[in-house]
Amino acid sequence: MTVADWLRAAIADAERRGLGSLKPLLEALAKSTAALREAEAPYSPGRQHVKVDEDR
Amino acid sequence: MTLVRACLARIDAHRDLNAFTTVLAESALAEASQAEAEIAAGRYRGPLHGIPVSIKDLIDVAGVPTTSASAVPALHPTKDAPVVRRLLEAGAVIIGKTNLHEFAFGTTSDETAFGAVHNPFDFERSAGGSSGGAAVALVEGMCLGAIGTDTGGSIRIPAAACGTVGLKATHGEISTDGIVPLSPTCDHVGPLALSVEDARIMFDALRGTPHRTAQPKSGPLVLGVPTGYLLERLDTEVRAALDRVKALLSEASHRLVDIDLPLSRATPDIYLHIVLPEASWYHAPLLESHASGYSPTVRLRLEMGRYVLAEDYLRAMNLRTRLTEEVDQAVNGVDALLLPALPIPAPALGAQSVDIEGRPEPVRAAMLRMTQLFNLSGHPAIALPAGTTASGLPIGMQLVGRRNETDQLIAVAAAVEAQIIAGPGSVGGGTG
Repeated sequence: MTVADWLRAAIADAERRGLGSLKPLLEALAKSTAALREAEAPYSPGRQHVKVDEDR
Repeated sequence: MTLVRACLARIDAHRDLNAFTTVLAESALAEASQAEAEIAAGRYRGPLHGIPVSIKDLIDVAGVPTTSASAVPALHPTKDAPVVRRLLEAGAVIIGKTNLHEFAFGTTSDETAFGAVHNPFDFERSAGGSSGGAAVALVEGMCLGAIGTDTGGSIRIPAAACGTVGLKATHGEISTDGIVPLSPTCDHVGPLALSVEDARIMFDALRGTPHRTAQPKSGPLVLGVPTGYLLERLDTEVRAALDRVKALLSEASHRLVDIDLPLSRATPDIYLHIVLPEASWYHAPLLESHASGYSPTVRLRLEMGRYVLAEDYLRAMNLRTRLTEEVDQAVNGVDALLLPALPIPAPALGAQSVDIEGRPEPVRAAMLRMTQLFNLSGHPAIALPAGTTASGLPIGMQLVGRRNETDQLIAVAAAVEAQIIAGPGSVGGGTG
């Protein structure tokens, strides 16, 4: 799930639950999630499959 | 008895600081009386015998509500947490339960059902958190030792903000059973004290080992000072204090070396994606039934944690492993890392952001910056008083040791403490 898709779904769910005030926090979390994914990508164990595919 | 009565008088005289949620005057006096009788009969248990100690109100004391400083229903424990049992076995007197940031989920101890904890050095400022009440109780003479918890810095941050010593041991070294969890991956329990030796006394009691005096490590120390992310943004007076400490140590023939921790820049993102969902997991039942009992912003952060995807939690756990390896490598070549415990002096109560070198930063993020990395990695870390700002606010330094070598870290801390308090041109301890 992309971060953008996650954020849309999270905000929609929070609003459905009457927690619209979560929106700025979720937006900040989304930025953090994007940064986390970028930092972790080089260490992701699943990446070895993508590398094998790229090497073909 | 005299000591306990003096502490109770201090508690009474300074109720406006909101250091305590529960004062155990009757039981403390009874425990003190028993301690006196035992000592008089030659049954001396050790340096904690008869000493008044406070317990953060996240930690179970049998027969006393564990409120977590919240308006949600308290726990009613029938048995002591292991850390409390060990203190009682060492003869300590439990004088009361201290105030904290609600459920330990904050760094300022101003979101609590028992009134914001005030900094004794400036009433309008935070005592730090989440163990703010513990630090205030200690520095104001309401107890002689305090027990706090530390998930992102919650022992070391208030220790730095109030001018005390605060020790976070290696992760898992001291049992966290009987303590309301925030994030089991990052939770620690440990002492706040007025000196490294006092911290050592309490640490030995908490882990159930006989007390040995903290002998300062002899010979020249090699201390690693992190470059990059950790030190790039510091309040000017905190930076000046760090420079003074470095100068003092260099003049005493200790060596300071630069240490690179490139993955440290990802610390806040790693921390958020571990602590948020772990906290939300614990609070899920309470959020369903007692949501309105939480402080509004604590509740929102807990609700936010419920949205973290499992795959992102696991990404964070993967990076945590890498970060731990990086810190392992950094500390293996030195006696300890040296850096501030807090990048700013205690902030104003209620402040949402602080200016650091001309740029605004959210208070919470700033206060966690120096400490949370070592909760993720599990390395032992200790905060030490290192002077004050021009307006008298305490500044704290931090030393970080190798995992499972907390004893060695304490020995290094004793050596550094002696140098920065008593050395020529020293910065002084406490209010210095």
